Amino acid sequence: MAKLILRNKEFDVSAGMTLLAALKKANIIPESVIATRAGEMVLEDEILKDGDVIKLIAVISGG
Amino acid sequence: MRQHKLALCKEHYLEWIPEQTERFIKKYAMFTKAEKILVAVSGGKDSLALWDILTRLGYQADGMYIGLGIDGGIEYSDESKRLTEKFANEHNLKLHIVDVEKEYGQPIPVLAHVSHRGKGKPCAVCGLAKRHEMNRIARDLGYDVLATGHNLDDEAAVLFGNTLVWESEYLLRQGPVLPARDGLARKVKPLCRFYEREMAAYSIARGIEYIYEECPFAEGSQSIYYKELLNQMETARPGAKLTFYLRFLEARKNGNLFIEKNTAAAHLHPCPKCGQLTSTDDFCSFCRLIEKAAASTPTG
Repeated sequence: MAKLILRNKEFDVSAGMTLLAALKKANIIPESVIATRAGEMVLEDEILKDGDVIKLIAVISGG
Repeated sequence: MRQHKLALCKEHYLEWIPEQTERFIKKYAMFTKAEKILVAVSGGKDSLALWDILTRLGYQADGMYIGLGIDGGIEYSDESKRLTEKFANEHNLKLHIVDVEKEYGQPIPVLAHVSHRGKGKPCAVCGLAKRHEMNRIARDLGYDVLATGHNLDDEAAVLFGNTLVWESEYLLRQGPVLPARDGLARKVKPLCRFYEREMAAYSIARGIEYIYEECPFAEGSQSIYYKELLNQMETARPGAKLTFYLRFLEARKNGNLFIEKNTAAAHLHPCPKCGQLTSTDDFCSFCRLIEKAAASTPTG
C-alpha cells in the first residue's frame, strides 16, 4: 500500500498504480495539487511503490 | 505540463518560467527595465514567485504588503507578513508595508461587519480595500507600474464567472494590462499565462517559503468553486483553461466579442475624495465604506 496525505486527510491506495490513477481513485482533482515525496516533487506518471508516503500540497488559492 | 506537451527537469524548469515571463512582459508591452515597478506581495506562492522572477530578470521591482488584520485562528495575516518580510530581507529587497487597521482604524473583518457588505463574508471589502491601497501607494510613491501575481487559474475563474452572467463591462476590462489613467499606475499581470500549479511548482522548486494555509475566509468562495470546475475540465482535456483564456484575449483584441470595443463606453470618473476612478456618481465605494465605518465606530 501507499499513502496520500492532503492537509489532515490520509488516503490509502494500492502500490503499482501511477500517481495520476491514485489521485483519481481518491477523488482528488490532479490539477489542484502538487505531490511530493521527502520534499521532492513526484510526477503524475510515476508508479507508486509499497510504503510510499506522498504529501499533497493544495495549489488552489483565492477568495 | 500536459497543456504544453512539455516535461522539464528542475534546473530547466527554473530557467523556463522566468524566460516565459519575460516573453509575456514583452508580448503585452507590460513595462521596461527603465520603469519603477511595485509588486503587490501577499506572502503566497504567486506574488513571491513574481517578485523573485522580476528581480532575477533585472527589473526595478519593490514590494508592497497590505496587512489585512485577518487571524482566523491561524494568525493568517501575521504569518503572511512574516514570510514576506523574510523573503525581502533574504534578497535585500525594498518592501513597503501598509496596515489597514493603523491606516483606517479597523481591520478588514470589522470593516466588513460594520459596513454590512459581502453577505457575511469580508472578501468583497477585502478586495475593494486591497485595490484601493495598491492604487494609492503606487500613485503616492511614484511607481510607473503595479504588478500583481494573478495566474491563469485566477484569470480563467474571473472570466468564467463574468461569462456566466455576461458581465460585459467587466469582460471589456479584463486582460494582462490595464493602462494607466488619471494618475493611476498601469496594472499588469505577468503570470497570467501560467497555471496555478506551475507557480506552486516554481515556488517549491526555487525553495521560496510561502504561506500554505488558505485565507480562513476563502473556504466555500465562488472563485474557488469556479477553479475546481475548471480543473475538472482541465483533467479531462489538458489545455482547456489556457485555451479558454487565450481565445478570449484574442477575440477581445480582434473585436470578435459581442461587446463594444470602445472602453470609453465604461463611464468612470475620479472620486471627489481620493481621486481614484469610480463608476458611482459620488464618492467611490472604498471612501463610502470608510465613512460608514467611522460613523458606526464608538468614539472615546
